[in-house]
Amino acid sequence: MPSEKMLMRGSDTLAEAAVRAGCRYFFGYPITPQNELPEYMSRRLPEVGGTFIQAESELAAINMVLGASAAGARVLTSSSSPGVSLKQEGISYLAGQELPAVIANMMRGGPGLGNIAASAADYFQATRGGAHGDYRTPVLAAAGCQDLAELTFDAFDLADKYRTPVLLLGDGLIGQVMEPVIFPDPIDPADLPPKDYILDGCAGREPRAIYSMLLGQQGELYHHNMKLQEKYQEIAEKEQRWEEYQAEDAEVIVVAYGTASRIAMAAVDQLRADGVKAGLFRPISLYPYPKQALRDLAGDKVKVAVFELSAGQMVEDVMLSVGERSEIYFYGVPGGVIPTPADVEAFLLSVLKGDGSVGRRVVL
Amino acid sequence: MSQVAYEKIFTRPESLKPVPTHYCPGCGHSVAHRLVAECLDEMGLRERTIGVPPVGCAVLAYNYFNFDMVEAPHGRALAVATGIKRVEPDKFVLTYQGDGDLAAIGTAETIHAANRGELISCIFINNAIYGMTGGQMAPTSLLGEATTTTPGGRDPQRDGRPIDISRMIAICDGVVYVERCALNSVKGIRKAKKAIRKSFQAQLDGLGFSLVELLSPCPTNMKMTPQQAWEWIDDQMMETYPPGVIKDTTGYED
Repeated sequence: MPSEKMLMRGSDTLAEAAVRAGCRYFFGYPITPQNELPEYMSRRLPEVGGTFIQAESELAAINMVLGASAAGARVLTSSSSPGVSLKQEGISYLAGQELPAVIANMMRGGPGLGNIAASAADYFQATRGGAHGDYRTPVLAAAGCQDLAELTFDAFDLADKYRTPVLLLGDGLIGQVMEPVIFPDPIDPADLPPKDYILDGCAGREPRAIYSMLLGQQGELYHHNMKLQEKYQEIAEKEQRWEEYQAEDAEVIVVAYGTASRIAMAAVDQLRADGVKAGLFRPISLYPYPKQALRDLAGDKVKVAVFELSAGQMVEDVMLSVGERSEIYFYGVPGGVIPTPADVEAFLLSVLKGDGSVGRRVVL
Repeated sequence: MSQVAYEKIFTRPESLKPVPTHYCPGCGHSVAHRLVAECLDEMGLRERTIGVPPVGCAVLAYNYFNFDMVEAPHGRALAVATGIKRVEPDKFVLTYQGDGDLAAIGTAETIHAANRGELISCIFINNAIYGMTGGQMAPTSLLGEATTTTPGGRDPQRDGRPIDISRMIAICDGVVYVERCALNSVKGIRKAKKAIRKSFQAQLDGLGFSLVELLSPCPTNMKMTPQQAWEWIDDQMMETYPPGVIKDTTGYED
């Protein structure tokens, strides 16, 4: 049974959703603006027989995650941008060793220490692998609390299904805001399907080893990489997620994810009330990017307007998806400054008029 | 019925796979592997054990040890082991780490796992040099020791002094047992086995974190014969790292 409707903060929602998705282990390190998440877990996990450890560093935290995953558990860590940079080494190992885990990033402004306001400048890091080696991680971007409640379940399922780390993106705003949420049916970890690769002692079977170093002369590392690529191809084909809003007859479609999509949705509502045919395309899976769905909306009568809380990262995936089917425009605000719906309205009107007053035309 | 003519009195432990290792002649790893394997066999732990090897010469230990193992990034073995032990508290968890792994890039993980009193046994191979990468300075390299990155010898002003991580972690309350042994004599090897056994017992009894440091010869990178490398441990290394019990609050009688 889905839960009753509750009023919850974003960070708490993600944490509670993880527990309900069968996660009993959390390892993390404090960083603003996501401290409420580990704090929630430190209270909640002991109630369900789980374990919370405040690690000595992000490096330690992600490697505790690696150990817990090798032992077969659903396991979560969370951080914010600079902390997620530190976790990258471990994420590459998780990918190479094909171990599932969920890593939540409540993004803040960068580069460097940046600031603690909501930002979305970690798109490249999240969607392009982030650390060394040929790997990708599925990336799910939430736009609010109900999204977090559902996508957290989705993230754990994807992680287990494909034996891969999965990134769950929010930002400082989504983490702090309170909204009504309804959680999906809770999962008892005992009911999860058994995993045939985990390390639990070799009683009655041959010993197992989980590793990513493949030095063999017969191209072992090549074959391992090709197997990973097949997996990413399957993920790319089967796991695209997106939402369309008022997009069907739109003359201008704003493409935005996360907090930006909430702002864009308000702008679309206002423009529609004013008789302007505006629509929204919201990618939910940033990797794999919902390329075909966006391409299907494009055409010479439709202008595509990309709005990001960054200086321009996702716009490259939009260019790859849309190509020359539509004119593409970009408006981005980096550094933790949050535009208003009126700013996005002005951008979309400028795109329709072609006067270049807000944002810029993107040329392939 | 004829009598059996010969009786097998010495054999490979079940916890070691019947394969040759890549270790150099005279290297301490083969001895250390065997001691760990013998203790696991004798204590009936093989089928409950999960091991975490380092990055370094023993990175391929999962090819030699005959129990479950997971690779850790360089220095992170004790963090990985922490994750395993917290999920599977009834399993036996050990890390096997070199000096660079444990006392340089993984210093934070080492100190904090020890300080949390994680129920993990840590086997620490100290050979005072980076082996796998070809003989660079280790955190434990001796003053004056020539390595490929300290060609004129380790200089305390420039390179800092040898770190004694075993004594450092011994001040943590979560640590119940730390002993330093040397693998350069039959007597030392026998002592090392006793120490490893004790460390394993401390984990089984839930007492806390324990570490056994093994002074180990690396003739290849020291550019010595195996015999010279053994003598170097006696003549040079033990001055900086004297063998003996550094901490023992287990209450076990020897």
